This record gives sequence, structure tokens and C-alpha cells, in this order.
Amino acid sequence: MSIPAHFKFRLYVAGDGPNSTLAKTNLAAICLEHLADRHEIEIVDVLREPQRALADLVMLTPHLVKLSPGPIRKITGTLSQREVVLQALGLPC
Amino acid sequence: MKAKTIPAANPAKARTGIEGFDEITHGGLPRGRTTLLEGGPGSGKTIMALQTLVNGARLDNEPGIFVAFEESSERIVANAANFGWDLPELMKKKLFFLDVQPSPDLMVSGSFDLSGMLAALQAKAHEMNARRIVFDAVDVPLALLHDPVAERREMYRLHDWLLKNEFTALITAKVGGAETYAANHPQMSFMQFMVDCGVTLAHEFVLGISQRSLRVVKYRGSAFQENDSPFVFGEGGLEVAGSRASGESKIVVSNERVSSGVVRLDTMLDGGYYRGSTILISGFPGTAKTTLAGAFLEAACLRGEQSMFVSFDSDANEVNRNLASVNIRLERFVKKGLLHTKSARSLTGSAEIHLMRIKTLARRHKVRCLVIDPVSALAKSGNEETAYNVAERLIDWTKDQGITLLCTSLLHESGPNLEGTPMQVSTIADTWLHLSYLVQSGERNRGLSIVKSRGMAHSNQVRELVLSKEGVTLADAYTAGGEVLMGTLRWEKEDAVRTAVEEGRVAAKLKQATLESEEALLEVRLKALQLELQGKRAEKQAFSRVESDLTVELATGKTHLHELRGADKA
Repeated sequence: MSIPAHFKFRLYVAGDGPNSTLAKTNLAAICLEHLADRHEIEIVDVLREPQRALADLVMLTPHLVKLSPGPIRKITGTLSQREVVLQALGLPC
Repeated sequence: MKAKTIPAANPAKARTGIEGFDEITHGGLPRGRTTLLEGGPGSGKTIMALQTLVNGARLDNEPGIFVAFEESSERIVANAANFGWDLPELMKKKLFFLDVQPSPDLMVSGSFDLSGMLAALQAKAHEMNARRIVFDAVDVPLALLHDPVAERREMYRLHDWLLKNEFTALITAKVGGAETYAANHPQMSFMQFMVDCGVTLAHEFVLGISQRSLRVVKYRGSAFQENDSPFVFGEGGLEVAGSRASGESKIVVSNERVSSGVVRLDTMLDGGYYRGSTILISGFPGTAKTTLAGAFLEAACLRGEQSMFVSFDSDANEVNRNLASVNIRLERFVKKGLLHTKSARSLTGSAEIHLMRIKTLARRHKVRCLVIDPVSALAKSGNEETAYNVAERLIDWTKDQGITLLCTSLLHESGPNLEGTPMQVSTIADTWLHLSYLVQSGERNRGLSIVKSRGMAHSNQVRELVLSKEGVTLADAYTAGGEVLMGTLRWEKEDAVRTAVEEGRVAAKLKQATLESEEALLEVRLKALQLELQGKRAEKQAFSRVESDLTVELATGKTHLHELRGADKA
């Protein structure tokens, strides 16, 4: 087995809204469980940086983008359905 | 599109600039509030929403944002290219499209909300000072939630955000057969309760003819016209048939007369048709309705007025050729650009579409005299219900514009009411001429009568309409034994009268000659007598002179005798 890939995430949230808070918690839990020590998370708060949301066309929040390893994957929502998230990220369930 | 410079009439309303719609809603959409625009696929929601933004930017200098959830902005701009809105220019500053079509690859896990979008929009709106905003197909992102409660929550969020920012907003949503859709999507009916104004667009087919209409379902705090209003897609976008509310009439009534093109008909009408009035010519096929219409147009063109001829019956060129045979020459005016002909023979389409086309052309050419031949064609299959309304609005519109409108109307022999017209145009027309056939002694002749002519003295007599190479004229119809004589019978009668007149003239001449000779004779005799009288007078004078001479001579003689005798002086 090759060296496990390093995961880069960007999570767009809308302040401390319930959905956004939940997404942050869920992402942290997944990373802790499956990607310990091999992940990076950038949090973008669209309420503070609306221009970025506009530029990246992120309209529905929370919104997760897996930047690497390729291909890029996008998941909208609180990430509560863990199976869907793991499948999208190519991680074993 | 008309560039209106007048300020909006009602500050509480944001005018849409859509012809007819602002009249129905007494000024436009509620300013700073939300309007829900519902309709089935292809009902015109997107175009109407975009037109509202375009006109807001153009007329009221209010920048707008269009949030496209379903169709990409590229396609929307391409679809609207034909309306002449010059979107690329507007998009530089006053119009912004936000493309937020969910990608087919988008994965959803758990609930989400619209906060991100609203934050982004807030920034954009602030940057460009947007006042109007459209959410096109808001049902698309909400459907991804798969949760009616969450959908409702997001709609609240959206609505609250719109109100807080005082945007004049339009939200469009699909309605696929009103009842079924509302039943499956109760959150949509919830939305209807939430918004301040609701408009429904409908697209139906009646006997294969497309009929579009819109209806204002609700409008908080404002009066509005509650009926279905037909609309069409015109050259500049939506055009709604807003009937003028009573009391808003601003028709300028004219006393000016315009010639009918037939001198004797003008006489019958005490000077011609009124400018801006509506004239109806009814009659069976072949009674020369088109010919009279042609005469009217020729007269208009000779006065130098822009005119238009709309023929539903035959090709305009054919009509021109046919009319030339009775010395009505229209071709030259077509070439001069005075007469605009429009043949709509094979065109199918709703009466609304026809009305819109006619209005567009008439406006473009600034037409003063308009002929529709025949107006009854508007009531072709599929249009029976709307035709009357369309004809009424056509007349209303021409009066408003001061256009003199002449309509012909075809009657069918089988019709129950021979002098009635299918669309009851006869009741609203100002002047109604009826043409009929009179079959008599193996001849078929045309008769013309004035059924009514409001506001003018007019002849009550049936006249014979005579067509010849020299042109169109009317002939007095003779009545003999209670029957009206036309054609050959009239000619015979006229001939008899002519002969009688001729005989009278000859007799008078003879009498005059006799009198003249008698007069001459008397004059001669008078002259002879005068000469004789002169002779007598001369003779009498001569005689009296001889006598006095004699007396003088006698006296002189005596004196001389006295001298000779040396007599004493007396």
C-alpha cells in the first residue's frame, strides 16, 4: 500500500448558524476517525467574506470542498449522513 | 420599447414598464415587498421577471440582480436577445446575473441553508446599489432539501432577508397544473400566503390556438383588476391586454371629417366619416366591401396620411390589382411608403397575437387610417371567446390614438341575423354601412344603406353602388310602385326621364323661336310707325312755318307800301 494521501479541505460556513456549526463538528469527527494527522481544513465564513462566496459561487451553506487528493469533490449540507460523505471522499465506510 | 420619461405615478409601487401590467396593478409591483410569480413550464415567468429588472434599470435607474437557479444566465440572455433590451450594455453596471444552478454532481449530506447565498447577494447588492431582485425557480434548490420543514424555514429566511433589505423582489415558482402541484408541495401554497403580491401566468390551447393570460391573485394594500388578462410576447417583451378602467378615458373627440373616398357617400354622410371614429361595413361576399375600404384608403393617401391595410382574406398585392380595375390605384402609395399592406391570410394565431401585430405596425408607421378586412376573421376557430374582447380593445385603442378605423365584416347567408355581425362590432362602431344584393329581373345589383351613423345627419335611402372603370359611385335608386329599381330597371327609368327632359327642351326651344319672331315683327312694325310719325311731325312743322312767313311778308309788304306812298309815320 502506498503512502496514505494528505487531505486538503475547505469548508464554507455561514457564521455560527446551526447547520454550519453541525458541519464543522461532523467534519472534525470524520477527520479524527479516518484522517488523523493527514488533513488540513480551511474554514471560510461567508458572512465575513461574502466576496469569496460570490467568486466561488458557493450559495448553499454549509459547503465542503475536497481540494486534494484529486478529483475535487463538493458536498453540501451538515455532513450528517456519514456514509454519503465517506463515499464521496473515497474513504472506507 | 417606449422610453417613458414620466416619473412613476405611485411611490408605493415599482412599475414594471410592462405594457398593460402596470394598469392592472394600478402602478406596478409593491415597492420593497415580495411578489410571487407562478406558472407552468413555458408560461413566461422568466421573461416577465427579467423584463421587470430591465425596465427598472432603464426607466427608474434601479439596478437589479437576477438569481438564476434553473436556466443559466447565458441561455436567458440568448433567449431574450430578440426583445431589444440590450442586455450586454445593462450588464456592465445595472444588471447582474448570479448563476447558481446546482451542479448535477453536487452531493448533499444533511440539511443546509441559503445563508451563504444571501450573504453573497448582500455584498453584491451593496456594491451595485441594487433595488430589485429576482429569484428565478426558487423551487429548484429547495427541492434538494427533501424536507418540507426545512424548505419552509429557508423560504422564511429568504423572505425576511428581502423585507429587511427593502428589495422589490420577484420570486418565480413552477406550477404544474395548479391543484396537483400545490397538493404535492404544500410549502408552495404557504409561499402564496407569505408574499404581498401573487401573479399567476397561464398558457392554454383552445382548438389548437395558443392563448396566454395572467391574473393578479392577491395584492396586499392595493386595488387591482381581478380578471384574467390576455398577454402576448411582443417585440419588446410581454404585452398585457389591460382594459382601460372606466373614467380614465382620455379620448379626444374630433369634429373633423375624413372622406370615404366616394363623393356621393360623403354627401350621404353629411361630409364623410368622423376622424378617429370606427366604421363598419357589413355584407355578404362580393358586395364590394373591400372596394369601399380601398376607396377610403386612397382618399387617405391622397391627403398624404399614413395608412395601413390588413387583409385576412387575400394577398395584399392581389387586392391592389383588383382595386385598380375600378380605378382605385393603391400601388403607387405602397411605393411611396404611405400605404402599408399586411396580408395575414394564412397566419394562424390567437386574436391577441393579431391585435398585437396590428398595434405594433400601426405604431411603427404612425398610421392615421386603418382598414381591417374582414374583422370577422379574428373570430376564427379557437378565438370565438376572445375575439369580441379583442375587437373591443382594438376599437378602444384606435380611438385613443385618433386613428380612423374601418372594418369590414363578412356575413354568411345562413346566418340567423342577416344584418348582425358575428362579433357585435356593429354595436360599438360609430358608423355602420350595410351592403346587400338586390336580385330583380334577372339581375344582381349592389345596394348600400347607412344603418347608423352616430352624431351626424345621414341619408336614409338605399343607394345603388356602381362600380366601373372610372371608379366607384352611388346612384339614386328609383322607387316605383313600392319597389326599389336598380341596374337595368334603374337605367330604363333614368332613360325615360332623360327622354322626357329632352322633349321638353325641344318644345321650349320651339316656343322661344316663335316668340322671338313675333317680337321681331312687332319691333319692325314699331319702327315703321315711328318713321311715319316723324314724317307727320315734319310735315306739320313745315306747314306752320309757311304760314308765319306769309304773315311776316304781308306785314313787310304793308310797310313798304306806306313808304312808297310817303305816308306819315304812325
